[in-house]
Amino acid sequence: MNILAFAEQRSGSLKKASLEVLGVARRLADASSGSVAAVLLGGPGVSGSAEALGQSGADRVFLGEDALFEPYSGDAYMLAVAKAFQSGEFGVVLFPATAMGKDLAPRVSAKLDIGLVSDVTEVLGEGDGVRFKRPIYAGKAYSTLAPKPGKAYAVSLRPNVFPAGESARSAEVIPLDHGVASTDIRALVERLATAEGGLLDVAEADIIVSGGRGMKGPENFPMIQELAEAFGGAMGASRAAVDAGWIDHAHQVGQTGKVVSPSLYIACGISGAIQHLAGMSTSKVIVAVNKDPEAPIFKVASYGIVGDLFEIVPKLTAAVKELESS
Amino acid sequence: MNVLVCIKHVPDTETRVKIQPDGKALDLSGASWVISPYDEFAVEEAIKIKESSGGEVTVVTVGAEDATKSIRQALAMGADRGILCCDPAFEGSDPAATARVLAAACAQESFDLILCGKQGVGDDNQQVPVLLAQALDIPSVSVVTEIEYEDAALKCTREIEGGREVVKTPKPSVISCQKGLNEPRYPSLKGIMQAKKKDVKTLGASDLGLDTSTIGAAASAFELEEIALPAEKPEGRILDGEPEDQVRELIRVLHEEAKVI
Repeated sequence: MNILAFAEQRSGSLKKASLEVLGVARRLADASSGSVAAVLLGGPGVSGSAEALGQSGADRVFLGEDALFEPYSGDAYMLAVAKAFQSGEFGVVLFPATAMGKDLAPRVSAKLDIGLVSDVTEVLGEGDGVRFKRPIYAGKAYSTLAPKPGKAYAVSLRPNVFPAGESARSAEVIPLDHGVASTDIRALVERLATAEGGLLDVAEADIIVSGGRGMKGPENFPMIQELAEAFGGAMGASRAAVDAGWIDHAHQVGQTGKVVSPSLYIACGISGAIQHLAGMSTSKVIVAVNKDPEAPIFKVASYGIVGDLFEIVPKLTAAVKELESS
Repeated sequence: MNVLVCIKHVPDTETRVKIQPDGKALDLSGASWVISPYDEFAVEEAIKIKESSGGEVTVVTVGAEDATKSIRQALAMGADRGILCCDPAFEGSDPAATARVLAAACAQESFDLILCGKQGVGDDNQQVPVLLAQALDIPSVSVVTEIEYEDAALKCTREIEGGREVVKTPKPSVISCQKGLNEPRYPSLKGIMQAKKKDVKTLGASDLGLDTSTIGAAASAFELEEIALPAEKPEGRILDGEPEDQVRELIRVLHEEAKVI
């Protein structure tokens, strides 16, 4: 089966999640003697990213290098990806379940009139026996879905869950005859703004340090940020801290915030309400720092420290900096 | 401006889920059901529009009879009338089929703006707002935290990783709402009393002119094989000692055992 993979880039740099999508595409294609094509869209200069797509498993890259594709436009990207899909015998189109992918995948599935399974965290089996596992109720349960036989479909894959594809391929680059005109763009991105301080987003970070109600106030969050920065990670927060107005909602991890699965999640002063656990329990390693030994967060923690976070966190920051410099 | 708000009736986010013996459905007995939290931002935004520039707020949902409770809740907040799309043929609908039903309800009238929550809590598919816009052939903007209203257009700020996009979209569009857009109000006692008298109509597949082969479980693109609880985590380890010892041991295990730093 031939697989089409959408390769997301922002401002000319490929997203890691795109390489993860190619890794899954490669595995599915190899199991059914198919090939992998990536579709790469962006402004002038985006062709520079095509090589990395071969190295992650693409046999071919459909390249749409046009000012129309910078910045992202749901309308323009939908038409171009649908065009790429229709140009070959593709059975599946894969997307990263990033902000862009979550917006684009349903557009493309509607345009092609195919089904979409979103935010998949596990791909089981292969060929006709392929199954997709995805969290429901923010990970309190998982559902396993089988595509109906003989029908094309779309899948979006949760970032940070699958390994990036690795391959020694040199992909053939094919200019995409996308046929998109500026008049096709109805909702127009006027500008992009980066978050204050240029901090890493929790959705993209490999290490997250979060603070909750135990932080006692906004004045203590710099302590969390400092530890996050020492790790080269991102700062998160529980809903209690966000609702108290201590920190911006962009940092919220949990069922009504962002669902994350970093390699390391450190929860400081977070009791572990089910709402929060739902957003982070798939993290590979969880560390909890909390005064209350009965806090539910310790039930999901790989390592727990019962103690005063105001004492532990600065010591931890110093120790991380020491480790990094050794 | 006449605004349509699409809502979903869902179990509260505090619900502890259990699995039915057949492994194909959740046992949600004992759950309390509410408007999906993101939809509350959509309802609030629509009421604010009505308060500042007039017009009517209509709330629509696809669901069972019970979903009327969430419609009444939105009416108590200040929406004017409700539409319940309810038919046994809708059961098991996937996001595409749900969008088809909503689009049919929407096409019976004329709206200047359609608001949805960014996702329905539970299934968490995050597909219906975009699919609805596609079915109606109008533009859409997803995961919006700020809307500026202009005469013929809307300027929407949407969340992306590490920043925001500002998107200008014409009316009508479908906007999916994210936390940060506003603070949903609690219904007043007067609002709750008034909501009981407001009009809620029920529409089935034939009222909506829907071909039942395009909706419900049979039309779904995927077959549900299993619903299961997540695998149990192995029990964690509590690090003892003085703070210095705890921190030293934590760094060691993260570096040497877990190898994550």
